[in-house]
Amino acid sequence: MIEILSYPFMQRALIAALLTGLIAPAIGTYVVQRRLSLLGDGLGHVALAGVGLALLTGAAPIPIAVVTCVAGAVVVEILRQRGKATGDVGLAVLFYGGLAAGVFLSGISGVGAGGLAQYLFGSLTTVTPSDLRLIAVLAIVILVTTLGLAPQLYAVSTDEEFARTQGLRVRLYHIAVVSLAAVTVALAMRTVGLLLVSALMVVPVAAARNLVRGFTTGLLCAIGIGVATAVAGAAASFYIDAAPGAFIVLLAIAVFLLSWPISYLLRRRYAAAVLPEPIDDDELVSPHTVTENHPHRHAPGCGHPAVQHGDHTDFIHEGHRHAAHADHYDEH
Amino acid sequence: MLLEAHTVLAAHDVTVERGGLPVLRGVSISVRAGEAVALMGGNGSGKSTLVRTLLGLLPHRRGAITLLGSPLRDFRDWSRIGYVPQRSLALLGGSKVKEVVAAGRLARRRMFRPLSPADRDAIDNAIALVGLSDRLNADIAGLSGGQQQRVLIARALAGEPDLLVLDEPTSGVDLEQQRVLVEVLAGLLGAGTGVLVVLHEVGPLARLLDRAVVLSDGRVVHDGPLGDLGQHHRGLGGGHHHDHGQQEDGDHDQHKDTFLGGAIEP
Repeated sequence: MIEILSYPFMQRALIAALLTGLIAPAIGTYVVQRRLSLLGDGLGHVALAGVGLALLTGAAPIPIAVVTCVAGAVVVEILRQRGKATGDVGLAVLFYGGLAAGVFLSGISGVGAGGLAQYLFGSLTTVTPSDLRLIAVLAIVILVTTLGLAPQLYAVSTDEEFARTQGLRVRLYHIAVVSLAAVTVALAMRTVGLLLVSALMVVPVAAARNLVRGFTTGLLCAIGIGVATAVAGAAASFYIDAAPGAFIVLLAIAVFLLSWPISYLLRRRYAAAVLPEPIDDDELVSPHTVTENHPHRHAPGCGHPAVQHGDHTDFIHEGHRHAAHADHYDEH
Repeated sequence: MLLEAHTVLAAHDVTVERGGLPVLRGVSISVRAGEAVALMGGNGSGKSTLVRTLLGLLPHRRGAITLLGSPLRDFRDWSRIGYVPQRSLALLGGSKVKEVVAAGRLARRRMFRPLSPADRDAIDNAIALVGLSDRLNADIAGLSGGQQQRVLIARALAGEPDLLVLDEPTSGVDLEQQRVLVEVLAGLLGAGTGVLVVLHEVGPLARLLDRAVVLSDGRVVHDGPLGDLGQHHRGLGGGHHHDHGQQEDGDHDQHKDTFLGGAIEP
């Protein structure tokens, strides 16, 4: 670990990876909540148009990509809000327009489409000090917004109409979310790459939802997973000479896959089903239905799932709930 | 003038079009402080469209809407409005009960500020009022339909509103949970909150309601006491008439007897 920190380019690479791991899941939480998981992918294509423009003009690619990407995101969001395009049609226009423009412009500039590859899949070791400064400043803006405005952003992304009756400017918040997502995508072109950044916005969020309960806890957990996988992936790829962007995303997906069995175990442990107490009402008595012909004796660990039902335990047996009553079982 | 000051919701001659077709035609409705008004009518009669228009969620083509004395266009005092939308958890699943309810304080909160002690108290009180204090940290998706409805009501109450608008709060909610709703609404009405509630049938809310406004095909066809309503609106199904017979009229008790006699074996 000491060795890799002695190279300035690796120091910058690790800091850039850390910041990407922080911001991508932070904004991704709201994007996923609005069911726009593929938005990041479309924005990656638009950023490519910015890269093409930068190659053509000889400017630094990240700032131009940030501006192009935000402009594309705002246009699509406004089209969606005005009802001019549905979410998926807007995204499709983003995908193909951006990709075509990027390839076209890089062709004119003489670099050719091959020169785009490093932006598509990331090239952590080419992060310059000025790139890092820009990434750091914009990362702070994104973190302050996503955490500081969490209550407002939560409300507009979970229940838009209710948020409007709280006097929130829902449209502005939506535009803010897609703009910050666009900034995140453009910044990630050096770290995980434009084609893979969307994974870092979505996968840690999905994993966090399996692991913890609640929106805020999920947001923080997703950021934790994002940071851990981004830094670990960047550092490990130095030693095994792997493509860092791809390695980071594969690590995040590994965490997601692991979160499944873990969530299953957690749910078994915490959410032992409790059926409500039968209503104690003289006028509404549940009918007494005796289970016929039942030689099996139910007991804890008999192989049939047990459910707490008010003051007693039912056993689930072939889709019925059986409750012990005197010398027989009742259907509950 | 005094009456005017007490009107929390007033709409006059409201017309709404969707896709070029009139959905509401010349609708007028009003709710005073401490008054409970039921908005009724069949499917597609425009009930939900009307409440969403009254709250500014849908545009209207003609007419005047006044919320708490201000024209809807200039209305900014959203903390005084509580809205309980039709229960749909499309995007709320995965949230804790207290997170959902906390959203009801947003009209009173400023950006980049944490919850104040007053906010926390209001959220806790609203959750306690609907009897879910033991489920603060539960995932709303894991609750029963009636409990989810109570969470949405608590969210609307967290802002301590002067006008509460509920869209079909009793649909898919069992008897026990409807009783909770009756108690909560009775308390609010006593404190002077105006209530507009969309209902399919009056059911156990009957004793709270001062008036019913009935829509049919986008027009108001009845605005007055419940007693004048046809029997089918009063609602016989569901077995929800016992337990508060004391305060009901004889007409209701008769229903109770019929229902119980028919459905329960002695």
